[in-house]
Amino acid sequence: MTNSAFEPVIGLEVHAELLTQSKMFCGCAVVDSTIAEPNTSVCEICTGMPGTLPVINERAIEFAVRVALALHCTISETSVFARKNYFYPDLPKGYQISQFELPLAHDGWLAIETEAGEKRIRIRRVHLEEDTGKLFHRQGHSLVDFNRSGVPLLEIVSEPDLSSIEEAKIYTTALRSILRYLEVTTGDMEKGVIRFEANVSVRQAGSTELGIRTEIKNLNSFRAMTHALSYEVERQSNILKEGGEISQETLGWDEASSSTVSQRSKEEAHDYRYFPEPDLPPLHVEPTWVAQIQSELPELPLEKRRRFVAEYGLTAYAAGVLTTERSVGDYFEAAVESAPKVRSIKIANWLSSDLFGLLNQAGIDFQDNDVPPVDLARLVEMVEIGEVNATSAKTVLAEMVSSGKSPDDIVRSLGLSMIQDPEVIESIVRRVLDAHPRQVADYLDGNTGIFQWLFGQVMKEAEGRANPSAVRSALSAALE
Amino acid sequence: MPNLTDLSLLEAASALRKGDVSSVELTEACLERIEALEPQLHAFLAQTPDLAISQAKAADQRLQEWRKKPEEPLPLTHGIPVAIKDILCLEGIPTTCGSRILEDFRPPYSATSVARLIDNGVVILGKTNTDEFAMGSSTENSAYGTTHNPWGLDRVPGGSSGGSAAAVAAHMCFAALGTDTGGSVRQPASFCGITGLKTSYGRVSRYGLIAYGSSLDTVGALTRSAADLLPLFIAMAGHDPLDSTCMPDPVPEINLDDGNLTGVRIGVPKEYFIEGIQDEVETAVRSAVNVFEELGAEIQEVSLPHTDLALPVYYLIAPAEASANLARYDAVRFGPRRKSEKLWDQYLRTRGELFGPEVKRRIMLGTYALSAGYYDAYYGQAQKVRTLIKDDFDTVFKDVDLIACPVAPTTAFRIGEHGDDPLAMYLEDVFTLPANLAGVPGMAFPVGFDRNDLPVGMQLNAPHLGEKALFQAVHAYQTQTDWHLRKPDL
Repeated sequence: MTNSAFEPVIGLEVHAELLTQSKMFCGCAVVDSTIAEPNTSVCEICTGMPGTLPVINERAIEFAVRVALALHCTISETSVFARKNYFYPDLPKGYQISQFELPLAHDGWLAIETEAGEKRIRIRRVHLEEDTGKLFHRQGHSLVDFNRSGVPLLEIVSEPDLSSIEEAKIYTTALRSILRYLEVTTGDMEKGVIRFEANVSVRQAGSTELGIRTEIKNLNSFRAMTHALSYEVERQSNILKEGGEISQETLGWDEASSSTVSQRSKEEAHDYRYFPEPDLPPLHVEPTWVAQIQSELPELPLEKRRRFVAEYGLTAYAAGVLTTERSVGDYFEAAVESAPKVRSIKIANWLSSDLFGLLNQAGIDFQDNDVPPVDLARLVEMVEIGEVNATSAKTVLAEMVSSGKSPDDIVRSLGLSMIQDPEVIESIVRRVLDAHPRQVADYLDGNTGIFQWLFGQVMKEAEGRANPSAVRSALSAALE
Repeated sequence: MPNLTDLSLLEAASALRKGDVSSVELTEACLERIEALEPQLHAFLAQTPDLAISQAKAADQRLQEWRKKPEEPLPLTHGIPVAIKDILCLEGIPTTCGSRILEDFRPPYSATSVARLIDNGVVILGKTNTDEFAMGSSTENSAYGTTHNPWGLDRVPGGSSGGSAAAVAAHMCFAALGTDTGGSVRQPASFCGITGLKTSYGRVSRYGLIAYGSSLDTVGALTRSAADLLPLFIAMAGHDPLDSTCMPDPVPEINLDDGNLTGVRIGVPKEYFIEGIQDEVETAVRSAVNVFEELGAEIQEVSLPHTDLALPVYYLIAPAEASANLARYDAVRFGPRRKSEKLWDQYLRTRGELFGPEVKRRIMLGTYALSAGYYDAYYGQAQKVRTLIKDDFDTVFKDVDLIACPVAPTTAFRIGEHGDDPLAMYLEDVFTLPANLAGVPGMAFPVGFDRNDLPVGMQLNAPHLGEKALFQAVHAYQTQTDWHLRKPDL
């Protein structure tokens, strides 16, 4: 059964924990809450003790402005923090300091590349809030860890401009890539540093009206997001096809059953009773400061990808691989720059297939890679000018990854440098021909196919290190 | 030498400097007086004699060193025994806000205001009684019993800083800290015949002040004269990086000797002399205005046309903020817990059993005012009207330097008099609420007594951050009158 008659309409809220030194409203260090001892990076402010007050972390504002500018948003000169009221044990004050009516930034867009070409996904708003603590349920009781409580959380809300699950995936991947480029978050999905909420409706393909939507909370990975969206689009399409009606409700994604589960209906919807946070004066962001942040923005993934295609002649795919992470692109360009005679496309290949493969095998993150760009470039250069052959070069690269030594050192110590000396090559050829008089006779009888076998024997004798074209001409000459 | 507890704060400070008396002696005198009077007054929720004696000893040691180098600055508060309203955190000492829900809560930090006083050498005698979470005008809403007015034990001391006011009026201490959200320093000061300062919003850090209405809460102090109050104000005021609403503006030097009132323009708002005001209150306030005129001030009638809206606006904004501020009392991290199988039941039982009726009333009022569909009509509208009330003050302060008016419509009422009538109790604050809504400072001080020998208070209001004018005017008044020198018979 297909539901091709229906198309999804998806809007996403992306929450990203910011990589500031200290928390949003107090001086506590931001720690990796998945490994830190519980309740070790807490104080009276982030545990909501009576009489305490929040103070805005300026660095978090800077990070948020950076993101908002990268998303082409309008930055509000004055924005307002608000209290979002609800009771839960991981929310120590009984309200979350967030932004409501006047967010830090609004009305931007993010361009994504789809099969149909570039598409702009409109961004409704970008605002800052504080993260909650975490609950742990043990037999019969619950424990709260406030290490994460008060960590700055950036919320990026899109318009419902995503019309397929694939687009949702491209959008979130592109957004994560931008956040990492801007160095505002680790983007570590496994640690729940980026989380999603989706609103989903479906409509007849080609229709411009919006259907009744549901909200899906608790999407903590790309996988959960795409699975939940597929499930929900299918569920809604089936209901509509059978003439039913979608009910507006909040759903949770249940990983175990791989299904969305109703949390509350429209009637039961939370009333968060937002009101301006009286403990924080309205936030004023100086336009000159915004301009300065704008001027310091790095080149973003999409621009970089397009430049790599234009400037280095890479395929769109290769450029994509090299620009997803800012560090990879920087590495590539550093390598290219250090070896002007080497074709960039060769460096791209060695980087994206060979080096990535070796690092992957060894379980090493790219950032922890010990091979400096100049060394990779030198190795590619050695292959290009025939100092080492391609097979040996792979062995050399593996050694570079594990030891961090330079390619020249490794080639020397392993004796892998290519045999170029015509006299040496001629003597090997002579030795091989002397050892195989029958094959030589065959060749002279006109069986020219045997040439390739003899060539193989010579290369074998030379332990693969002889310059193949020099061997070829020496062998032809000897057989004449 | 007279009874040590009858010295003014400045006299005590001078005696300490001269070495005529030690801080330990002053402290012991206060502790003895507390012990003698506390059974009748119940001004304190916690006494800290051990802390007080150790602070006094340290103060004496410092005084000894200072006498060798008297050119070094030494704050006038040094070695002076004071009391702290139980709304302000004092590290390691139970801070209850007069509520069962904070029974035995010991904050691991001190309020900035308290810490600054400690840095300025004060001796802390204990924590004083308050209406629960500062919600009330009589201390009758304290979960730990009512404080009695030293001028009439069957009378309330006012509230919510009633414990602090009674302690100062009864000479149990030389000064006390209070907090003022809608009149909670000024009204008890008036009821107890003492001087009380409500500071400008943003003048003194709110850090460690357990929040009731965050946009209205201010720290204040109560003493027996404006001159005694000044050293506390100087010690506490000024920017605090822990409170983003605390103003960076420098605190001016205030010299009380040039308290010449010639040319000072004082406005008397016609809206404050309303029907229902006790005759003796109006008479005393009007004759005090005459004294200011004799001192050289120019008196003129002014108008604050939105005064009658202050009460409804206050009772939307303060409860709305309180409904969020008090959400943290969920028995998860501190405070007594009423255990239940289900989380929600635990919230309901803990909060249902441990908050008093007035607190619950205001939480419900505030929750309602913020609810979807009602926000615009209530909280949103209240914020707009608040702006009008603020504009009233801004307009009047273009023409006058100070506003003079009664503190409360009546003198201290009987304990239980407003027992089941919250609205009558709310009306007690009708003259004090506008200053909180506008964020301006106010000082209450005694200007007479009624036929029952109960003190009558008056207040002066000044523009935002204009405390200097308040000190100078009230000090000038107190050099010409002796209402503030009267002492209740106990």
